[in-house]
Amino acid sequence: MEKLIAGKNIQVNEEGYMTDFSQWDKAIGEELAKENNIDLTPKHWELIQYIQNEFKAESPLTIRKIGKSGVVDIKEFYALFPVGPLKTATKIAGIPKPAGCI
Amino acid sequence: MSEYNGEVRKMMIILSKASLENVYAAFVLANGARMEGIEAEMFFTFFGLEAIHNKKLEHLHVATVGNPAMHMPTMIGGLPGMEALATSMMKKEMEKLDMPEVREFLEILQASGVKLWACKLAMEMFHYEKEDMFPGLDGVLTVGDFYKQGSGIGTHMLFI
Repeated sequence: MEKLIAGKNIQVNEEGYMTDFSQWDKAIGEELAKENNIDLTPKHWELIQYIQNEFKAESPLTIRKIGKSGVVDIKEFYALFPVGPLKTATKIAGIPKPAGCI
Repeated sequence: MSEYNGEVRKMMIILSKASLENVYAAFVLANGARMEGIEAEMFFTFFGLEAIHNKKLEHLHVATVGNPAMHMPTMIGGLPGMEALATSMMKKEMEKLDMPEVREFLEILQASGVKLWACKLAMEMFHYEKEDMFPGLDGVLTVGDFYKQGSGIGTHMLFI
């Protein structure tokens, strides 16, 4: 389905995750963050960049990997995205919801 | 299931066993709750205490006896070294899934905001002190205290 985000028609699935990463830009990230009640700080952006790079490298994301990212530790990750951190972060980053259980 | 349309707000997970498969099941459920924005607390009781005992938590094993799903005859499962073999095989598979070891998993749970409680009665029974346990332990509770922790709408309890 299509959704109007930051003035553009964007492809999303029924949960609101973008299905075409090439449509993502920073303005869209900001709009999606607002929808999820997140005020983006430089640390948020740094982490978003990290998970986008992992996505591009086709490397599956887990909480353990975030903890070893060198960007944040797990406590900081939960402070940045308090509710469902990996789900929220991937949604804002414009990549699919992680499929794993850990 | 009418409260909040059945939405799960908080998981209270009681771990009473310390065979590796049960410990991991409990840890994955607690971590999974936090990852979904659900609160989670764990209560370690009876043999479950081994999963937070500093000297024992790194030496937990998979149960090879009395576990029909292992598809291993009980007599063979009971041979010396079988538990260690099954455990190292399982650990290898779990590493491939980026599943942490027990201590690291406890650290992840603690950093994720999972409350970790030891059962007072079981601690006394095994003669354990709080200092013997994983440093991130939040405290030693009675059953009544644990129920109080779980009060509120949308709390679910799970016994493993």
